[in-house]
Amino acid sequence: MILVEHLTKCYGDYTAINDLSFEIKESQVYGFLGVNGAGKTTTLNIMTGCLSATEGRVTIGGYDIFEEPKKAKKLIGYLPEHPPLYMNESPLEYLRFVGEAKGLRGGDLNHQVDQVIQKTKLDDVKNKSISSLSKGYKQRVGIAQALLGNPKVIILDEPTVGLDPIQIVEIRDLIKELGKTHTVIFSSHILSEVQAICDRVLIIDKGKLIAFDEPENLEKLLLAPNEIIITTDAGEEEIREILAQVDHIIETGVEDREGEYVRAYIKTDLDNIYEISRAVFSAFASRGKVLLEMTLKKANLEDVFIELTENSDHGVENKERTSTINKSESEVAAK
Amino acid sequence: MIAVLKHELRLYFHSLTAYVFGAFLLAFVGIGAVLYNIQAAVSNFEFVLDFGKLIFVVIVPILTMRVISEERKQKTDQLLYSLPISTTQVIVGKYLSLLIVYMIPLCLISLYPMIFSRFGDVYLLTSYGSILAFFIMGSALIAVGIFISSLTDNQGFAAGIGIAVILLNYYSVSLSEYVSSTAMGSVIAMSVIIILLGLVIRHLTKNTNLAYGISFILILGIMAVYLIDMNKFEGLLPRIMSTLSLFDRFDAFVNGVFDMTAIMYYLTVIAFFLFLSVQSLEKRRYN
Repeated sequence: MILVEHLTKCYGDYTAINDLSFEIKESQVYGFLGVNGAGKTTTLNIMTGCLSATEGRVTIGGYDIFEEPKKAKKLIGYLPEHPPLYMNESPLEYLRFVGEAKGLRGGDLNHQVDQVIQKTKLDDVKNKSISSLSKGYKQRVGIAQALLGNPKVIILDEPTVGLDPIQIVEIRDLIKELGKTHTVIFSSHILSEVQAICDRVLIIDKGKLIAFDEPENLEKLLLAPNEIIITTDAGEEEIREILAQVDHIIETGVEDREGEYVRAYIKTDLDNIYEISRAVFSAFASRGKVLLEMTLKKANLEDVFIELTENSDHGVENKERTSTINKSESEVAAK
Repeated sequence: MIAVLKHELRLYFHSLTAYVFGAFLLAFVGIGAVLYNIQAAVSNFEFVLDFGKLIFVVIVPILTMRVISEERKQKTDQLLYSLPISTTQVIVGKYLSLLIVYMIPLCLISLYPMIFSRFGDVYLLTSYGSILAFFIMGSALIAVGIFISSLTDNQGFAAGIGIAVILLNYYSVSLSEYVSSTAMGSVIAMSVIIILLGLVIRHLTKNTNLAYGISFILILGIMAVYLIDMNKFEGLLPRIMSTLSLFDRFDAFVNGVFDMTAIMYYLTVIAFFLFLSVQSLEKRRYN
């Protein structure tokens, strides 16, 4: 659907994007992650034709965004970082203008405007002035605008920034809903959000793509060695004795004590973490000790993100990492 | 283009701008009509327009100041870039909407000669000829205003520069009598103009070498011509100033001549400044 090839953008001496290439396929939700200033907005602006590229090309549905901008732009709906709204208009007037500019006329225009108003739940405010609307509603008017003309791809730049928790959930639900019928690309620096709604994640840092995978695969990267955390009423010495009987344990240690209870971690080289937790459980049970809590420590996207962005200075490590991603992907496929 | 036009018109009539513009134009031309046609009992309506053209100094910047600068400030220009319409369509759509806003009071004004003709002999042909020229001259000033608005994201700044530029244009003929007409004076003035041009080029392209290069070559050219034939520069500056004046060319219409060169000049100015505005908007994508 969207093909980005060797995209580079320089502002004077500063390189905002450096040789970025990726491909976006149809009908999935893509999350675009990066710290502030990583080049997210610049990339999205170039993909939507708002900005020129220094080098490289972007094709949307086969049309080059710079050479056939009209045909390419018909396929995308874009919500920039600041929703581009005319403050002294009403949402209805505004959406009619955008619809007309996208080439809709007459009955088709009315029908589509009604449809997006319903989808984004703007019915109650459609005749109020946009300047009087809350931030959440303004954001929705912006999204409604992007939906007009029924584009195949919807690109949203940080759609949940500055919203309250309820509004954030509403916008996320809307994005999920849209993901069923459209290709959605949205940028964010909130990881939980990306984890919750994306089928695939692109992570960029300092203008370079450092990871492009499903969130689950990215998490797997950090899972080795697997780690279990237990809370028990056994003493430190006892724990060591008990665990000595269990195979495949690389390392154990005490994290902290709370009265008579001890919290300890166990690291293992076994791929199947449940097997080791079973063994640990029976070892404690046979000594008459109680396991009050057992947690399998999983890496989340946040750890992956921090590790990847911290290491992105070293190009070599980077490549290794991408190859591990591919490896883990193929392992998953093999299983 | 039609979508942009309709949208702009709605914005103008939502805000006070269109009404202020129309009210000022009608009031000023109305005062002129009272003074000339009623009190002095002159039957030439073109004198009224000659008097009324001064108001353009104020109302054209008021009308055009927000047309592009506000889009930038509110970041709505991003919407225009991402919509499947070209920059030329955006500029032309905006320009046509301004012409419509301008035409509404002018339609009322064009009733005046008809009214006066019921009470005496009015030269309708020269009256309507000059109303047409008045319309085209105003259109040229609006094109200049759009370009100025496209240079900044501050409305007030756009209005200030607009007033200064149009005022300078209005008085350029009278000023040209006072400026030096010696060859050396012209050379210095031309060099200053070239340096200013270089600064504008640098602002637009963000390319310092290009700006210096162009200025340097032009100044060298002037020096060369000066050394070969000094007389070419004799009285050049005043000549340029009165040639560039948009207002001065309107005098021909007031004197009862329908001057096709003036019309062509106005149309050229319109095309030139709309082209520059498109480039200015397009340039935003390249920095």
